Amino acid sequence: MIEIGLGHYLTLGAVIFSLGTLGIFLNRKNVIVILMSVELILLAVNINLVSFSIYLQDISGQIFTMLILTVAAAEAAIGLAIIVAYYRNKGSIRVEEIDEMKG
Amino acid sequence: MLAIKFLIPEIFLSISIFSLLMIGVFIKNSFEIIYRLSLFVIILIILIILSGDSESIKIFSESFTIDRFSLYSKILILISTFFVLLMSKKYIVDIKNNKFEYPIIILLSILGMFIMVSSNDLILFYMGLELQSLALYILASIDRDNIKSSEAGVKYFVLSALSSGLLLYGCSLIYGFTGSTNFEEIANSKDFNVGTIFGMVFILVGLAFKVSAVPFHMWTPDVYQGSPTSVTSFFSVVPKAAGIAIFIKFMYLPFRDVLNQWQYILVFMSIASMILGAVAAIGQTNIKRLMAYSSIGHIGYAIAGIAAGTENGFKSTLIYISIYIVMNIGAFACILLMKRDGKYVEEIEELSGVSKNHPMMSFGLLIILFSLAGIPPLAGFFAKFYIFMAVIESEMYTLAIIGLVTTVLSAFYYIRIIKIMYFDEPKKPFEKFVDYKIHGPIVLSCVLLVSFFIYPSILNEIVSNISIF
Repeated sequence: MIEIGLGHYLTLGAVIFSLGTLGIFLNRKNVIVILMSVELILLAVNINLVSFSIYLQDISGQIFTMLILTVAAAEAAIGLAIIVAYYRNKGSIRVEEIDEMKG
Repeated sequence: MLAIKFLIPEIFLSISIFSLLMIGVFIKNSFEIIYRLSLFVIILIILIILSGDSESIKIFSESFTIDRFSLYSKILILISTFFVLLMSKKYIVDIKNNKFEYPIIILLSILGMFIMVSSNDLILFYMGLELQSLALYILASIDRDNIKSSEAGVKYFVLSALSSGLLLYGCSLIYGFTGSTNFEEIANSKDFNVGTIFGMVFILVGLAFKVSAVPFHMWTPDVYQGSPTSVTSFFSVVPKAAGIAIFIKFMYLPFRDVLNQWQYILVFMSIASMILGAVAAIGQTNIKRLMAYSSIGHIGYAIAGIAAGTENGFKSTLIYISIYIVMNIGAFACILLMKRDGKYVEEIEELSGVSKNHPMMSFGLLIILFSLAGIPPLAGFFAKFYIFMAVIESEMYTLAIIGLVTTVLSAFYYIRIIKIMYFDEPKKPFEKFVDYKIHGPIVLSCVLLVSFFIYPSILNEIVSNISIF
């Protein structure tokens, strides 16, 4: 039986974080996927904070997590609104077509 | 209990935001009244801050500091917001963007910056940063029927959300390995191990994104070009001041004992920004894009001051960013005058020969561009001079030499604009109008830039009283 400790949680956080970051850079199709990747990054941070908070016996990590959840919701709302505004002008949200400005 | 009286500027700002929103919702076509009221609110907060005493105090279990550093940054933010709002009035009315939300979102973002520059705690810092960024996302895409503006919004949102995520991951590591979110306690935890250094690097990345330092500058040119010019002028001035202020605070407060770890990262960022700012701007044809690269270069110099790692270093950065604000407000006020046949133009070519038709405007732009290029005796020269003095004092000669070389390189494209203005064939004149809200900031900016050398110690004395320890 393996004892699940801080290290495991941190590894899980790091893996999810890398998945989120890679998702933003490798994704060529849809802006919504980028939104999902940003959420993944924030969730990885939350896993980190909660496990640190338990490990350190300190409540402020969990308070931080609550605030991050709130901010993540606000950020997703604004992001979707911007994407809707963009879609109405362009008619597509494919990432490779976001190239009105270059140089 | 009494701690709340130190928060009066923030509380007043948030209450006025709520009331302005209510007024905006219940009164039809309320842009005009909201616009005037927000300018009034900004002036009132400047007065409140100036009339309060400037003792250093930490409130709310040491998570919020009021000291000369944060007060100076707040005054800087407020004054620059005031002028940006003042001069962008005609533009937003002309592009039919005069919705009442516009000034309110600007006020919201400066509320976020207030919290950010005063924060002494990772949680509060993050909340302030997000309040600022969320407002800025909306500002970038405020012209929602324009494809360029909404594309700028998408780009800024994606990259800025990513950078917030990176910064937050850094915060979580710092919290875990030092056991606290308070800046003082982070600084006092003596054992800085690999985890903490990792966290610091992530936070540095996030901060560099916010101030658009190379290699995290990719969003800057597109966002500057895409968003409406009034928003671009806001972007190029106010978030930069707040970002540099919190950058200084992070480097000199929680991470002050690991100078040897972050110094090389900052030196690299600074050199890369200066070089990119000088080289990439040469080929630009759009003046807003050119200003974007110019601001990347200027941020490079500002970071050079922080990288010096001394008290003189961050003071020279504060002086630099103050003078940079004066120059950029003037430059963008000139760009806001470029209107022909009812349309605002942005190409540098359109400035061809304006000196024949608009001698005063081109003379003003000439002074501002010379100052941006750092030609003595204008203020821009002194700003760079203080930075290089601080850098040389810390014996970082390579950084100083590269800085000098890039100054000369970047003078090329500023002077190219002046050549186009004065020696090329005149085109059809721009629309002639006299609006003290635009011409006033240009005149003020030119007067400040020209007269700075007579008595530079005014600014120096204010800044020399600042300490963040």
